[in-house]
Amino acid sequence: MTALPPPSAVKLGLVIDLDTCVGCHACVVSCKGWNTENYGAPLSDTDAYGADPSGTFLNRVHSYEVTPDLGAPVTVHFPKSCLHCEDAPCVPVCPTGASYKRAEDGIVLVNEDACIGCGLCAWACPYGARELDAMAGVMKKCTLCVDRIYNDNLPEEDREPACVRTCPAGARHFGDLGDPDSDVSQLVLARGGMDLMPELGTRPVNKYLPPRPRDTLQEPPANLAALCEPTPQALTGFLGWVDRTLSRF
Amino acid sequence: MHPAPSIIAFTTLSGLGLGLLAFLGFGVVVPRGLLAFLWFGLGYGLTLAGLAASALHLGHPERALRAFTQWSTSWLSREAVLSAAALLVMAPYAVGLVFWGHALPGVGVVAAVLCLLTVLATAMIYAQLRTVPRWNHWTTPLVFLTAALTGGALLSTQTLLAQMLLPWLAVAFALHWMLGDRQFARRGSTLGTATGLGALGSTRLLEPPHTGSNYLLKEMVYVVARRHALKLRAIALVLACILPALLLWTLPGWPALTLAVISHILGLLTARWLFFAEAEHTVGLYYGQR
Ligand code: SF4
Ligand code: SF4
Ligand code: SF4
Repeated sequence: MTALPPPSAVKLGLVIDLDTCVGCHACVVSCKGWNTENYGAPLSDTDAYGADPSGTFLNRVHSYEVTPDLGAPVTVHFPKSCLHCEDAPCVPVCPTGASYKRAEDGIVLVNEDACIGCGLCAWACPYGARELDAMAGVMKKCTLCVDRIYNDNLPEEDREPACVRTCPAGARHFGDLGDPDSDVSQLVLARGGMDLMPELGTRPVNKYLPPRPRDTLQEPPANLAALCEPTPQALTGFLGWVDRTLSRF
Repeated sequence: MHPAPSIIAFTTLSGLGLGLLAFLGFGVVVPRGLLAFLWFGLGYGLTLAGLAASALHLGHPERALRAFTQWSTSWLSREAVLSAAALLVMAPYAVGLVFWGHALPGVGVVAAVLCLLTVLATAMIYAQLRTVPRWNHWTTPLVFLTAALTGGALLSTQTLLAQMLLPWLAVAFALHWMLGDRQFARRGSTLGTATGLGALGSTRLLEPPHTGSNYLLKEMVYVVARRHALKLRAIALVLACILPALLLWTLPGWPALTLAVISHILGLLTARWLFFAEAEHTVGLYYGQR
């Protein structure tokens, strides 16, 4: 079971647009919600309202600052979940066969009934996409919402991952990256979609679209803080008069 | 990586036990009767104690039998299968020596080879991980195997063999530490490659995804006490190799051997702690830490 299947023709995955993501964490919340109420063991929290809160999440959003050689720094919000790698290193290390990649669509899943919670698959994943649940003692990871995308009980528009359905900015796209004509493949082609840590040879299915080049602002304004301060000069009319008069005392 | 006491105890104790059993199996010493009972008992005891400690860190130890199924792909599964095979094949050899004073030597040799293969499988669990460049190197199996052989020589009271092996263990440690220090840079993973943003400019973490800790940080981003690494390396080298060697050279008999064994085990535990504490996982890059 833990041998990787031959490459599937269908490669379901996500395309994440780093240009559009606004870092709202809505996908984090919807992912936690869906995957706590549905497939598998719920995603537990420990000490949620205490001094040291901790919990299991399948999708997390980091924020980075990129400073180009020339020009102003830009903020990039960076959602990260399992990339459903073609050469998934998390699968062959599993001693029980619980960690597996589906031959039909390439989704990487954990059979929670067989998982002994050894944690080795999480060690093998370069991206931190797997978390051992503290309460259930089994490995949790993004399921690509396998219980939504094939679910005939849901209205058709809901048959996509919860995070994709939720994203208010449209920064997450779901589709078949094995089909060169699919919308997601075309998007990757048009925007120069990239792999994360390609040097580790995992060949991720999920792709990231880099931020588009920014406008011509080459350096930040000399005194950014001053633009935010209300100044008497900016006030006119009666309020301006009050401000100027009071400032004299 | 988090230096979990259960894994440190497991790898150290089972390494020593399997090393001792390998020496007994190869027939380097052939004890009989009560002595055989004590010696094999020590080997089995150490190995089983190590295996029990390793079960402690599982989320579901009651399902551990499933770990015997995936030996064709998984080093962890191979370790389970090989350790069980080693202990089972060694049993008739041990029983023969304890109760009848003789046993088929061929069985012992096969069991001894299985013992060493088990140690190799343990090492490969770590050495296979490309995500932890320091471990992903031939010096990892070298250190594990040399340590098991040295410990086995000491525990089977083979003073001369131990004196020959101790310097090699020191060399193996030194190679693992020195070459290991370069491994992360050589692998080439940076926050730039991890985010794909490296081509656009220099990248730094602005906001972590969560304010508290999580499984990833606890398990794989262990940065505490690395600043003492150099001192701890020196301590490990002195306790595991240099002091035992000096003791064996200068003092005769059992007291020296006993002290050498104690010092060696303490040194091994320190080195094993460092093995985990110093190892950096690529996921740390996403958190701006390694
Ligand atoms: S992102 Fe990690 S967990 Fe997902 S398939 Fe790749 S290696 Fe496995
Ligand atoms: S934690 Fe579970 S899924 Fe992961 S390697 Fe261990 S048994 Fe397999
Ligand atoms: S596809 Fe589903 S499980 Fe995966 S990150 Fe999105 S919501 Fe979470």
